[in-house]
Amino acid sequence: MEKFTTLTGVAAPMPLVNIDTDMIIPKQFLKTIQRSGLGRNLFDEMRYTPDGQEIPDFVLNQPAYRSAQILVAGDNFGCGSSREHAPWALLDFGIRCVISTSFADIFYNNCFKNGILPVVLPQDAVDYLMDDARKGANARITVDLESQTVTASDGRTFAFEVDPFKKHCLLNGLDDIGLTLEKAAAIDAFEAKAATLRPWA
Amino acid sequence: MTAPRTLYDKIWDDHVVHEAEDGTCLLYIDRHLVHEVTSPQAFEGLRMAGRKVRAPDKTIAVPDHNVPTTQGRENPDQMPEESRIQVAALDRNARDFGIHYYPVTDIRQGIVHIVGPEQGWTLPGMTVVCGDSHTATHGAFGALAHGIGTSEVEHVLATQTLIQKKSKNMKVEITGSLRPGVTAKDITLSVIGATGAAGGTGYVIEYCGQAIRELSMEGRMTVCNMAIEGGARAGLIAPDEKTFEYVKGRPHAPKGAKWEAALAYWKTLYTDEGAHFDKVVTIRGEDIAPVVTWGTSPEDVLPITGTVPDPESFTGGKVEAARRSLDYMGLKPGMKLTDIAIDTVFIGSCTNGRIEDLRAAAEILKGRKIKVKRAMVVPGSGLVRAQAEEEGLAQIFIDAGFEWRLAGCSMCLAMNPDQLQPGERCAATSNRNFEGRQGRGGRTHLMSPAMAAAAAITGHLTDVRELMGETV
Repeated sequence: MEKFTTLTGVAAPMPLVNIDTDMIIPKQFLKTIQRSGLGRNLFDEMRYTPDGQEIPDFVLNQPAYRSAQILVAGDNFGCGSSREHAPWALLDFGIRCVISTSFADIFYNNCFKNGILPVVLPQDAVDYLMDDARKGANARITVDLESQTVTASDGRTFAFEVDPFKKHCLLNGLDDIGLTLEKAAAIDAFEAKAATLRPWA
Repeated sequence: MTAPRTLYDKIWDDHVVHEAEDGTCLLYIDRHLVHEVTSPQAFEGLRMAGRKVRAPDKTIAVPDHNVPTTQGRENPDQMPEESRIQVAALDRNARDFGIHYYPVTDIRQGIVHIVGPEQGWTLPGMTVVCGDSHTATHGAFGALAHGIGTSEVEHVLATQTLIQKKSKNMKVEITGSLRPGVTAKDITLSVIGATGAAGGTGYVIEYCGQAIRELSMEGRMTVCNMAIEGGARAGLIAPDEKTFEYVKGRPHAPKGAKWEAALAYWKTLYTDEGAHFDKVVTIRGEDIAPVVTWGTSPEDVLPITGTVPDPESFTGGKVEAARRSLDYMGLKPGMKLTDIAIDTVFIGSCTNGRIEDLRAAAEILKGRKIKVKRAMVVPGSGLVRAQAEEEGLAQIFIDAGFEWRLAGCSMCLAMNPDQLQPGERCAATSNRNFEGRQGRGGRTHLMSPAMAAAAAITGHLTDVRELMGETV
């Protein structure tokens, strides 16, 4: 997994609430057996007409946002299915950070496994950054994971909370499975005990 | 003496392998259910790292999302190339890693969340995960069950554990009894309508109260299935005699002395008097009406007697979202919900594809004919299908004009040939009314099987109580 330390880039505004994983990556693209290559179909049905033409109004089709690295989004971003194809598609497009007032649980966890930082901020902070993002390519937002801050283009800074373990893994690009396998003895011991306490399980 | 604990606290405590100082836990997973869409990259990850599946005996796979639901599907040519590759990858992974597997040719094949309980894999007090958000279904047994992403699927395959922080406790109590014509689906949709699609974020919900106790196991699975649509990590219902009765004798349920030991343990799985809940929602069972969704979020719920809302009646970001929903759904504020004409009816899914759901729909359809363009019923598993045929339900559906399909996820998510056309309006017993969910441009109204059957007969959204001879 790629590390996430700091990021300065263009943020695309998506004020819609409840942006679900079917919007982020529609089901027809879940048939891949790979993780890469989904960026072209990110937000597919909002981004293209049924015959594959770009819809000019859609934010990521606008010249200012075509290489956005950050999304500022409405409440409950990533609700719906557990498909990790959603963060894979965001990452493949080049999005490394999503800012919202809340995220759906599974999507939130999936981001951290893929080097994407989801940032939760209060409504007024998200509103401020949304307005900043609307300024287009001139408004570059900075996200710093180490100091847990988001800085708007005018220098105004917002602090955010993040779980210390998730932060540690993201800052260092760590593979969870490797970390867990270091605790193999504890898993063995748990299984031995469970075999006595709950032999049916 | 220990402090009073919730059901969630108890299951959690019994599965902690390791707890770090910051509260990050390694949680043991008792059952890992696997399907073809969210697992190929995980198995590939194992291969690349030279890892094995740690507990193949606790890992159960079944293809459900891609598979066609029409006859002759054992011939892979029925599937488009990409679906065929994905199902073939599951066949191969199941074989290479030695996990339990129900291929499409097996009568036990079906939707993963229907197969798990049916085969007795899901038991009270267990931790159950699957790369699918509707894993919450298994919470009906008092199992801690939730969806995970593909990286976590790989983590569970390799380690039989998950790295987790504990969620908060939320209690949803449904007091009293449901009125006639009101079902488990109406409970779960009404709860989401009341709390919102993000109302459960950060929580595990325990559903309780008389109306929940009065539900069958099938109904309880319907309620827990949609916990995720309200944002909760999981939904739980404490096990009771109905649970034990349902589990007893299932192929993978414990037997003999193990059954007695399990039963003694399961009877300790309830929330202690005085245990703390961080959030409590109470709804009177008598106040719940048959409901439908009008928009493109599962929180867009109204009693069937209502009218399409005005987007201006909402606040914040929901105003624009409601405007967009009505535009997508082709509806105008003030329209009576019962005036909305329906093209297609879909009965099935992990929410409502069990035998009781088919019975409820058949009860309404008996001796009647459909007025919609097409209607399909997709049993949740091969065994549900066989039972429905034995009970004569299949014939009722066929006589009414329904297509009688083979088991799978079907039109719930349209990853298979069962899809809506642009503008086609569907009365569906599934769980998501998102834009494009059932096919690009398709318009989905969520409801109970009885309500979907009523819409099939009249050709428009209908209050099922009118067809039951009940006064409204």
